Amino acid sequence: MSHAFNTLDQVTAVPPKDDSRIRRITTEINRHHKRPDALIEVLHVVQDLYGYIPLNLMTFVSREMKVPPSRVYGVATFYHFFSLRPKGEHNCIICMGTACFVKGARNVLEKIETDFQVQPGETTQDGKLGLQTARCFGCCGMAPVVVLDTDILAKVTPENIVGTLQEKIGNNK
Amino acid sequence: MNITELNQIAETVRQKKSEFKKCVYVCTGAGCISSGSLETLDAMKKAVKESGHEKDADIRPAGCMGPCVQGPLVKIIPEDKMYQKVVPENVKTILDKSLLADEVISSLLLFSEKGEGGFSKAADNPYYRKQNKIVLENCGSINPESIEDYISIGGYSALYKVLTSMSSEDVISEIKESGIRGRGGAGYPTAMKWKFVHDHASAEKYVICNGDEGDPGAFMDRSVLEGDPHRVIEGLAIAGYAMGAKQGYLYVRAEYPLAIKRFDTAIKQARKLGLLGEKIFETDFSFNVDIRVGAGAFVCGEETALMASIEGKRGVPSPRPPYPAESGLWGKPTAINNVETLANIAPIIQRGGKWFSAIGSRKSTGTKVFALTGTVNHTGLIEVPMGMTMREIIFDIGGGIPGGKKFKAAQTGGPSGGCIPEQYLDTPVDYDSLTGLGSIMGSGGLIVMDETSCMVDVARFFMEFCMDESCGKCVPCRVGTKHMYDFLTRICEGEAAMSDLEQLKQLAPFVRDTSLCGLGVTAPNPLLSTLRYFHDEYIAHITQKRCPAGVCKMTSGVGHVH
Repeated sequence: MSHAFNTLDQVTAVPPKDDSRIRRITTEINRHHKRPDALIEVLHVVQDLYGYIPLNLMTFVSREMKVPPSRVYGVATFYHFFSLRPKGEHNCIICMGTACFVKGARNVLEKIETDFQVQPGETTQDGKLGLQTARCFGCCGMAPVVVLDTDILAKVTPENIVGTLQEKIGNNK
Repeated sequence: MNITELNQIAETVRQKKSEFKKCVYVCTGAGCISSGSLETLDAMKKAVKESGHEKDADIRPAGCMGPCVQGPLVKIIPEDKMYQKVVPENVKTILDKSLLADEVISSLLLFSEKGEGGFSKAADNPYYRKQNKIVLENCGSINPESIEDYISIGGYSALYKVLTSMSSEDVISEIKESGIRGRGGAGYPTAMKWKFVHDHASAEKYVICNGDEGDPGAFMDRSVLEGDPHRVIEGLAIAGYAMGAKQGYLYVRAEYPLAIKRFDTAIKQARKLGLLGEKIFETDFSFNVDIRVGAGAFVCGEETALMASIEGKRGVPSPRPPYPAESGLWGKPTAINNVETLANIAPIIQRGGKWFSAIGSRKSTGTKVFALTGTVNHTGLIEVPMGMTMREIIFDIGGGIPGGKKFKAAQTGGPSGGCIPEQYLDTPVDYDSLTGLGSIMGSGGLIVMDETSCMVDVARFFMEFCMDESCGKCVPCRVGTKHMYDFLTRICEGEAAMSDLEQLKQLAPFVRDTSLCGLGVTAPNPLLSTLRYFHDEYIAHITQKRCPAGVCKMTSGVGHVH
């Protein structure tokens, strides 16, 4: 995976101090007494607040926690859960676990890819729908499963998923 | 907190429950929530309140009841009636007929539509009759967000017994007598693991509950953490006492938000009552539990990688030895136990190791929870004694294959396991027999496949998984999985020659024998087991350019047959 660094600003831009999100991150760092082993917990908070992990916040976290930037970047890119790119307004995660696979998750994924012109890991051009795949939500009894924002959709079919998604993003295409 | 106070809490809850004529449990496991059980729960509460029967029927949320596909599930006590697919529209009928009166609504009974249901007592249903619930005994019959509920059914009394009447050696010998083996997959004897850590002189030790449950198709740990979190905390505390650890961790996947929330609530409740913290039950034992949330990396189920992740690093494994029992978390002796293993500890202490060892088979004692999924009628969570045959699990409990299709294979052990074909359906399911068949017990995912699954495609699916999840630290795994995946893709696309298959057969054992950690060592398993039992399918793809199951889209040759 490569990430384009357009300008150095993206890495060094100092986040505004009065941003309440920054205060939340600082609180989380202090809650763990700046212990470096809390890095993953802190990155979870960053992603919760911003929807992804912006580069300048990696720099911020690195300085605040006194952890080398290389380690922050290493951890942020190692774990699938962390995203370095902004997600869509709505996000749709297709479970590609074994049970869902056996019950036809691939057909669901292919249908979304074609109908919305989007690939896993990407967002539609209008930024409305982000598509991701995941490795099992543990709802295998309901396979195939799709997670749309925070809702778990059960027994999804290629036929019914498109309507559900269009309704969600308010698209009448 | 002392024993009098504990008994008082239990008595108060029992007293309160006995004042109600009926108790209704609504399943709030993640499966049933996805079918709308929270709406059902609200509607039920509202209906009871509005009709002025709040004092007659107690409406409570509960953990996973098992047959997820029939959700939302509702259980009525004391009759043990189980209703399925209960939507808010059904609530009024249930209230009038089954709560205010004693009638059975046959159309709502579990599995009633299949002509096999109609059991007014859930326990009579073949689905439940063959099960033996130890780990899941409280799931579905207590409110997972209430510590008082857990205490009322004897919760934390095993911890009391251990702290006040047993030495750490006693605890370990009781666990040894039970014969319990690790439920995470490899089946290492739990007592032995505990003894290594116990015997270590270090003053600082750790115990970790592994709730990473990365195998796709497995959701036992999720259901236990969601449905009975206090059982796991009690198990952790007993483990801590046995080994001399003061700090425990739950490492859990970020994909399980509900399990994280319920476990967090449970920790707070236990701390408030003094069941975690300093001087538990007025003894010298102090113990705390914290949660560490993973971030989506399958390799973190491997114990050394898991510990790296808890330390806030990239989850890459390290060579063993040194084993975690010597040098684990922050270099201190550490025991890592699976959720299901820890959920077995309190019952073993209460009922004795001997009782436990009488269940199951000789070398694999106790029960095993399976997540039964795929093309099988009753998908969901089951718990059976070790040694039950695969046929009983799939056909008696699971209700067979839907749509009159033919059974093809049962996949156990996830990406580290293998596929078991029809001719071995009567093999008893335990650690050793599954290993003998080229699969593994694994954490308990059991995925049934019918004739519409292509086994080469399945092997490719698992190889893709391992390739993606390989951490990249060691070459055999990083490069080997990629090459095996490429070979499998060529076979699936009808572009492989017999020489490719020969190379694949050479490469697989090489990756197995030379990889650093379990991920690479077991990555070839799905490939090797499908090669062993479904060799014909590979040959058909290569020589006839044909996919017998009609799944693979051939880019050359005859194309796929419908």
